[in-house]
Amino acid sequence: MPGEVKVVERPDSEASYVRAVSKGLGVTLKHLLNPRKVTQQYPDEKWELGPRVRGTHRMATHEDGRAKCVACGLCPTVCPVNCIKLIPAEDENGERYAAVFEIDEFRCIFCGFCQEVCPVEAIHLGVHYENAEYSRERWVYDLERLCDQEQPFTALWEPSDPASE
Amino acid sequence: MEPVSGIAFEIATLVKVLVFFTLMMLIVAFTTLVERKVAGFIQDRSGPNRVGPWGLLQVIADGIKNIMKEETMPAEANRPFFLLAPALAIIPATVLFAVIPFASPLPTGAGLVEMIVADAPIGFLYILAIASLGVYGLVMAGWASGSKYAFLGGLRGSAQMVSYEVVLALSLVPLILLAGDVRIPELVSMQQGFAGAGPATVGLWFILPLFLAGFFFFVAGLAETNRLPFDMPEAEAELVAGYHTEYSAMKFSMFMIGEYAHILTTAALVTVFFLGGWDIPLWSGDNIRVLGDGTVIGDPTWWKTLLTLLAFSVKTGLVIVLFVWIRWTLPRFRYDQLMDLGWKFMLEAVTVYILVIAGAILAMEAAGLEIGRVYGLVLLAINLALAGILFWVMDRGVLIRGATYRQRHARRTAGAPAAEQRDVA
Repeated sequence: MPGEVKVVERPDSEASYVRAVSKGLGVTLKHLLNPRKVTQQYPDEKWELGPRVRGTHRMATHEDGRAKCVACGLCPTVCPVNCIKLIPAEDENGERYAAVFEIDEFRCIFCGFCQEVCPVEAIHLGVHYENAEYSRERWVYDLERLCDQEQPFTALWEPSDPASE
Repeated sequence: MEPVSGIAFEIATLVKVLVFFTLMMLIVAFTTLVERKVAGFIQDRSGPNRVGPWGLLQVIADGIKNIMKEETMPAEANRPFFLLAPALAIIPATVLFAVIPFASPLPTGAGLVEMIVADAPIGFLYILAIASLGVYGLVMAGWASGSKYAFLGGLRGSAQMVSYEVVLALSLVPLILLAGDVRIPELVSMQQGFAGAGPATVGLWFILPLFLAGFFFFVAGLAETNRLPFDMPEAEAELVAGYHTEYSAMKFSMFMIGEYAHILTTAALVTVFFLGGWDIPLWSGDNIRVLGDGTVIGDPTWWKTLLTLLAFSVKTGLVIVLFVWIRWTLPRFRYDQLMDLGWKFMLEAVTVYILVIAGAILAMEAAGLEIGRVYGLVLLAINLALAGILFWVMDRGVLIRGATYRQRHARRTAGAPAAEQRDVA
C-alpha cells in the first residue's frame, strides 16, 4: 500500500517572499550597523588560560641549574604512550641522575601522569601551547631543553579546591 | 563659457580617459574590500584587518598573490577563446563607464570640460548595447574551458542574462517617456530644477516619479551582474565554481575584476538614472546644464565640480553597499524560480507599468499639465498605488513557492478539489 504524505498548507504570512526578505534585510542591517564583537585577534590578544591547562613539559631545576630528576624511572613506567626515554646513571657520590632524558612531545597526550607520579616534583607539564617546529626531530625535547623552559607549571588541581570537592 | 572644442577637446578627453580609468580600477579593487568588510560585519566577524590599517592594503596583497600564482591551462581547453574570455568579461563593464556623467562641468582656460568621457547623443542605446555584451565573456569562458561544470555555468549565465536584459531595457522605457531625451547628461539635468531656462525639467530625482522603474532596474541589475540572489552562473554548491572553474591566478582575478566593475557600473547607472546623478539634493547652485547645441545654463566652478563628484561617489557607494547587503542576506533562487520571476512575473509587470506610465503621461499632456514638480508628484502617486498592488500580488505566493504548491493552487482555483494527500509510489 502506498504511503501517504500530508502536505501542510502554509498561510501567506509564512510563505511570503517579500515579508521574509524584508525581515532578513532587517536582521543583517542590525548586525551591519552594530556587529557583536566576538572575534578574538589571536596573536595580538590571547586567551586567559585556566591554571590546569596542560601543555608541553618543563623540568624543575636546583638553584645551581641541575635538573631535579633522580632517574627513578617512574615516569617512563606510568606514561601511557611511552613518550619518555630515560637512561639513568650514578655520579661519584652515588647519586642517581638522568644521563638521557627525552620526551617526544609529538607522541605525548598531555595526561599529566608523569607530573603526578614524580616523587621529587621534577618533571612538570607547562602551560605552553604554541608549538611549531620545522622538523619532527625538534619535537623531541632533551633534558637541557626541558630545563630551559620558562612557562609556569601546570597546576594538577584547582588551587582553590585542592581535594577536588 | 563655451564647451571646449578642437584639439583642446581631444586632450581633455584623453586626460579624462586616463584619470578615470585608473580611478575606476582603484575603486573596483577597493569595492572587493568593501564587500569583504561588510560581509564580515553582517556575520559578526571583523573582515580583513591584517594588511595595513583597517585592512586597506589587502587589495594590493591580493593583486600580488594573483600575479604570482601558477596559471593553469586545461588540456581540453580551446586556447584562443580560453585566453580571450577574461578580457571580454572586463571590457563591457569598463567601457560602459564612458557615457556616465560623474560631476558638473569643469571650467578650464580652454573652455568648459564636461565631466563625462563621451557625451554621445545616443548614450542610452550605447548602455543597453554594451551591457548585453557582458554575457559573451561568461559564455566563452564556460565553453572554452572544456569542462562540463564550466559549460553549465556559462549556459545558465547566458540564459539568465538574456532573460533579464529584456526587463533591464524595458524598465528604462518609462524614463525615456518622461525625459524625452536619450542623452545621459540631459537625464541628469531633467532631475534638477531650472527656473524657466532651457526645456522644462521634472526637478525630482526619478526614483520618485518612477519608483517602480527604479525597482525593476535594480532587480534586473542584480541579475545582470550575477550577484546573489541571482548568482546562478557561479552557484558553487552545484557547479563547483561555474564558468570560471578552470581559471586560476590573474585570469580568474580578471573575472572578479569584471564582476566588480560591473557592480560599480550598475550602481553608477542606478545613480544617474534614478538618484539624480551628481545632483546635490536641496541645493540649486549645482544646477548646471549643457544643452545638446552647446548652450550652457548655470554657473560652473571648479569647487562645484569637486562637490558634485563627491555627491556622485557617495550615492554610488551607497548603492554598492546595498548590492553587498542584499548579497549577504538572501539565499540563491532555484533556477526555475529565477526564470519564472524573469519571464512570468517581471516581464509582465514591467510591460503593464510602461502602459500605465505612458497612459498617465498622455493624459497629463491632454490635460495641459506642464512638466515640472507637480507633474512628477502625480506620477509618484500613480507609482505608489502601483507599488502597493505589485507588492500585494508578490506577497500572495506568485513569487517563491514550491512547485507542488503552485500545482495544487492551480488545481484549486480551477475548481477541482484540492489534493491534500499525494500518493507516493
